Amino acid sequence: MRAPKLHRRLFVNGLFRAGIYGLAFGALLPLFLILFDVFRKGLPVIDWNFLVSMPRATGETGGGIANAIVGSLMLIGLAAAMAVPLGVAAGVYLSEARKSRLAYFTRLAVDVLQGMPSVVIGIIAYLWLVRVMGKFTALSGGLALGLMMLPLVVRGTEEVLKLVPAHIKEASLALGVPHYRTVLRVIIPCGLPGIISAVLLGVSRIAGETAPLLFTAFGNRFLEFSPLKPVGSLPLTIFTYAMSPYQDLQAQAWGASVVLIVLVLATNIISRVVITRWKIQF
Amino acid sequence: MENPILRTENLNAYYAGQLALKGVTMAVPEKRLTAIMGPSGCGKSTLIRCLNRMHELIPGARVENKVFLKDKDLYTMEPTEVRRMIGMVFQRPNPFPTMSIFENAIAGYTLNSIRMKRGEADRIVEESLRKAALWEEVKDHLHKKGTFLSGGQQQRLCIARALAMNPEIILLDEPTSALDPKATAFIEELMEELKKSVSICLVTHNIAQASRVSDYTAFMYLGELVEYNTTEKIFTVPQDKRTEEYLVGKFG
Amino acid sequence: MLAEKIREMRERLMEQANLAEEMIDQSIRGLEEQDGRLLRELLTVSEARLNELEIEIGEQCATIIALHEPRARDLRLVLLALRMATDLERIGDHAVNLAQSALFLIERPPVKPLVDIPNMAAEARAMLRDSITSFIREDAALAEGILTRDDRIDEYRDQIYRELITYMVSDATTIERALHLMRVTANLERAADLSTNIAENVIYLVQGRVVKHGHRDEP
Repeated sequence: MRAPKLHRRLFVNGLFRAGIYGLAFGALLPLFLILFDVFRKGLPVIDWNFLVSMPRATGETGGGIANAIVGSLMLIGLAAAMAVPLGVAAGVYLSEARKSRLAYFTRLAVDVLQGMPSVVIGIIAYLWLVRVMGKFTALSGGLALGLMMLPLVVRGTEEVLKLVPAHIKEASLALGVPHYRTVLRVIIPCGLPGIISAVLLGVSRIAGETAPLLFTAFGNRFLEFSPLKPVGSLPLTIFTYAMSPYQDLQAQAWGASVVLIVLVLATNIISRVVITRWKIQF
Repeated sequence: MENPILRTENLNAYYAGQLALKGVTMAVPEKRLTAIMGPSGCGKSTLIRCLNRMHELIPGARVENKVFLKDKDLYTMEPTEVRRMIGMVFQRPNPFPTMSIFENAIAGYTLNSIRMKRGEADRIVEESLRKAALWEEVKDHLHKKGTFLSGGQQQRLCIARALAMNPEIILLDEPTSALDPKATAFIEELMEELKKSVSICLVTHNIAQASRVSDYTAFMYLGELVEYNTTEKIFTVPQDKRTEEYLVGKFG
Repeated sequence: MLAEKIREMRERLMEQANLAEEMIDQSIRGLEEQDGRLLRELLTVSEARLNELEIEIGEQCATIIALHEPRARDLRLVLLALRMATDLERIGDHAVNLAQSALFLIERPPVKPLVDIPNMAAEARAMLRDSITSFIREDAALAEGILTRDDRIDEYRDQIYRELITYMVSDATTIERALHLMRVTANLERAADLSTNIAENVIYLVQGRVVKHGHRDEP
């Protein structure tokens, strides 16, 4: 009496299993297809020259994306310089003052900021800096990207610091250490891997943003190190080259895409490695 | 009562409006081990945390009246100063996870930015680890992280950390509750040795522990100090009926 | 710590045992050597100290039990100490009774030369000494030996009583003195009995066996 039912159940079980594996695979497929295509088109373009030389004049072939790489790094650096101190401080505040009204509104504001469209943020940065300064600058691009990175740093810091057990804090306070020093020298170090990870995630998020840079950093064909000038970046380069009629430039766009993807993947992976390898045992 | 080192006068303590300690007046003698026992919720942890002003860190907590360390009125001083004079060890061993054993032992100094002369840090660390009976076990591993020690060793590290500050009295809040019997016995022996050089106030929910190690015992119930006497008297001829019922096992 | 408290208790017990033994010794010697001073000293100084010790040991045992929850051998030792302290105090009482009668007797002419009583006394003192030794050395075999020697003591007593009765029957003037001699004998016999008590308790301590009142736990 029992045997046939069991048989049927096992069969259905197997069916579901296959279905789930298939669908999971299906979800991964687009990622692999993208990577495959991009690498296929972009890798041939990349060589040492590509990475360190400047773009050639219009019409000429050859050249590289050195300006874009340097520009992207600069923008990320500026964004981090703005988002990290402010974000960590806010995260510390939120984890310490859990129930106050200010904490409630801060969290609300951060959540709203996180959902804001990147192009709108770009326009705001244009309004605040570009209009005021009268020119496009890396600084304004950094501001836009910083605003996008901020919520990630705040939330990440808050979550990590909330995980630090109360008894560690008590140990420090019982030694007569004032509250602020307890936070700076005990709690934050305990949360450091998490904070670093959150920052890296923020970086990987903003590395590929294009829209806000359109009217802030604007783009620059030349290598530029000053934050008060417009500056090129990988996403902008990809955008410009892909839209151009020149075959050569289109190919370079693929190359730049590979570089950008590698940058994003690398920061993502490092962020995870930091969390798993650097374990602080409580 | 012999030389009191710490005493309270009519101490009241509140938890968000609720009265948790009612008029506790008690004197802790010098260089002795005083145990505070009682059923859960009797206020013993609250009392001990009022002694080093940790209770007021809880939101909504309030303390009324006085606590004196020798002749100093503790509630008129800076709380951080009070906590540097009185050491505390908690129920759960809590060495700082990012610091090595050495750094943990000297943490009271480094976190408070107290300057030390050359070589003084080494001396302080060795001395306090010796006093906590941990030196021999860790002297070759001082730069390893504190969290790799066993529970009992971690607790001894916490004791060393408290002792390093040279307090006159240390407060132990159920220090062996989270430890296995062997580690517990070790720490009980350690306390017997320690009390010769530093006064100890111990909160415990383990009646037998109070009877084994203490010279004086206080019994608390529902926020009141019910009875307080030499351990011998409390355990052989308690005066209050509630004390007797607690010892006999009727509640708690 | 528990070990220290137990050591202190043992020391007091030793002091008490030695004192009790000395009191028996003094009382007999006082009688044999007709030394009134010795007997009076026993009645004042020694007895007071012996009673004091019993109380101290009792309090110490109560403290140890209340504070340290002794188990196994430690527990048996504490129980032995309580019983032995009582037994030793009673031995002291018997020495006192003996001394009181001795004081009466030495001021009067002897009924008969003392022969049996000193022999019995020697045997009783040996039993007490051996029971104390068996406690110090925790020697169960020695303690077992003491249990059978009690029969000899009883024989001595019966014999001495018979002899004294014949004296009393033949000469009424000897009655008062003879009765005191009988009192001496009776107290010696009781002291020996208490020594066997001590031996029984030592066997309990060492082997955990109860051998009282004819009851025997076999090993």
